[in-house]
Amino acid sequence: MARYALRRIAQAIPIAFLVATLVFSLIHLIPGDPVEIMLGEGAQAADLEALRARLGLDKPLGEQYFSFLRGLVRGDLGNSIHYQRPVTELLLESYPATLELALASMLVALLLAVPLGLVAAANRDGILDHGSRLFALTGVSMPNFWLGPMLILAFSIHWNLFPVSGREGWSSLVLPAITLGTALSGLLTRMVRSSVVEELEKPYFRSARAKGLARNQALIRHALKNALIPVLTVVGLQFGALLTGAIITETIFSWPGLGRLLIQAIRLRDYPLVQGGILVIAVTYVLVNLATDLFYAVLDPRIRFRAD
Amino acid sequence: MRLGSTGGKSHLPSGFVLWAGGVLVVTMVITALFAPWLAPFDPNEQILEQRLEPPSRDHWLGMDELGRDVLSRLIVGARVSVGVGFSVVLLAGIFGAALGAVAGFFRGRIDTWIMRASDVFLAFPGILLAIALVAVLGPAIEHVVLALVVIGWVGYARLVRGQVLQIREEEFVLASRAAGTPASRILRDHVLPNVLPTLTVQASLGMAGAILAEAGLSFLGLGIQPPTPSWGAMINAGRGHLLDAPHLALFPGLAILLTVMGLNFLGDALVDAMNPRARKNLAGVSPEVAKTP
Repeated sequence: MARYALRRIAQAIPIAFLVATLVFSLIHLIPGDPVEIMLGEGAQAADLEALRARLGLDKPLGEQYFSFLRGLVRGDLGNSIHYQRPVTELLLESYPATLELALASMLVALLLAVPLGLVAAANRDGILDHGSRLFALTGVSMPNFWLGPMLILAFSIHWNLFPVSGREGWSSLVLPAITLGTALSGLLTRMVRSSVVEELEKPYFRSARAKGLARNQALIRHALKNALIPVLTVVGLQFGALLTGAIITETIFSWPGLGRLLIQAIRLRDYPLVQGGILVIAVTYVLVNLATDLFYAVLDPRIRFRAD
Repeated sequence: MRLGSTGGKSHLPSGFVLWAGGVLVVTMVITALFAPWLAPFDPNEQILEQRLEPPSRDHWLGMDELGRDVLSRLIVGARVSVGVGFSVVLLAGIFGAALGAVAGFFRGRIDTWIMRASDVFLAFPGILLAIALVAVLGPAIEHVVLALVVIGWVGYARLVRGQVLQIREEEFVLASRAAGTPASRILRDHVLPNVLPTLTVQASLGMAGAILAEAGLSFLGLGIQPPTPSWGAMINAGRGHLLDAPHLALFPGLAILLTVMGLNFLGDALVDAMNPRARKNLAGVSPEVAKTP
């Protein structure tokens, strides 16, 4: 296992490095003078020079790159132009809100997907199975930037059950979590269904039934338990996707997380903050995928043996 | 006990899904193609005294915050959505499929390089890369297409590579190679026709993803710029009028939902039609199915 883990970690390092390089190059992809774009057209020459020097953009490209990497190692991502504060500090403040939203959305997705997928598998080709397929396809097709406003319209404006925006108490988490979790619940419903269907065809399930175990009991106690292992991998991999999905959801609900901070930074042309935001989300994504792979290898020994 | 039954019933919903998807997609494509003739009003004409008017007999879907006809803007907006979706699928499909075919057919170092590059793109969350690219390049339709092609090619490349790896070992390809047929001709005559069905499915799902992503970017103000009508930007504008004019956000969202559903239905049904075991193996809604960004 240790060998597999080391190899998998070794694979993640160059990817994280490339992600950092990509983020560094963003500011150099800006057509025209990035400093002029940040300060606007009417900016004074002295201000332009001062900002250029502060961002290190007056130095040769190679030097800029190494100083960016050195900063990364120290956890220094520079200062935000708009907030006049260290980017790392701003990102750390927003991180817990995004994590909370992503976890809550995952919970929503699982609470919908596990029972729906199980019922669909148990009633294969029946009306409930078709219903679950329709739910799954609708779920993955639903734009979250539309679902969010519609939920606000119904549950905040019409029935006044949940707050429209902000992050105060659990009630403010409900609508954003449903908005972000719906698409994933569609995907997971089909995963759970197909995984359970596969288990139902295995000999152990048939013997359990032949020995007289009630169908529902065999389904939940045996089939579901085994079926959830592959689903867990998808859950892990999709957790990273939730982090990026949160960008739109946070914007809709004014949820004070990384996504909203990133979009604000883009609108304000605060490029050091844009770079930092993208880097943190991307690195989290890489780390979550790594953790999922390692976790799956712990659960399923075949993976690590094959890899070894 | 019905376990393991794969009776004829399973074909009926697939047929329904195929038809429903087909009708939705064809409707949307016709709307996009004939938008200027179908739109009842000029989508940019402002009648300020009719601002935020609810749906009426004259204006079926009401008027927006600047007194423009919502239905006309939706119809013309279909052009943007379908146009972006189609361009992205075409460009990403050609580019990705070509790279995948080269990687799978020639193997060796070129395969390693292409696959490592695709690993990096897969490791980077797609929509975040698109947001980053559009943020630095500036909001414009061609930048949106470029960003979505940059994140979209990987799926096609990996898919085609996998298929080519299988096909290149088939006897008819081996015979063709032994007879000295040039690689480009083998790829065109033998490999391409064999990967086309799978590519079609991927294209259907990819277009759904591209339409969602374009609308998402436009919603964030990073996509199509006003006054060009875009469904995502229309929802964003409507968000400020949920209280006094909910129809502004409602209708563009329904248009996106129906279009994306149509494409996903079509893709899902095609997976079924091509491979009866696919539903079991790929779980129908496989990870390739377009998801909300």
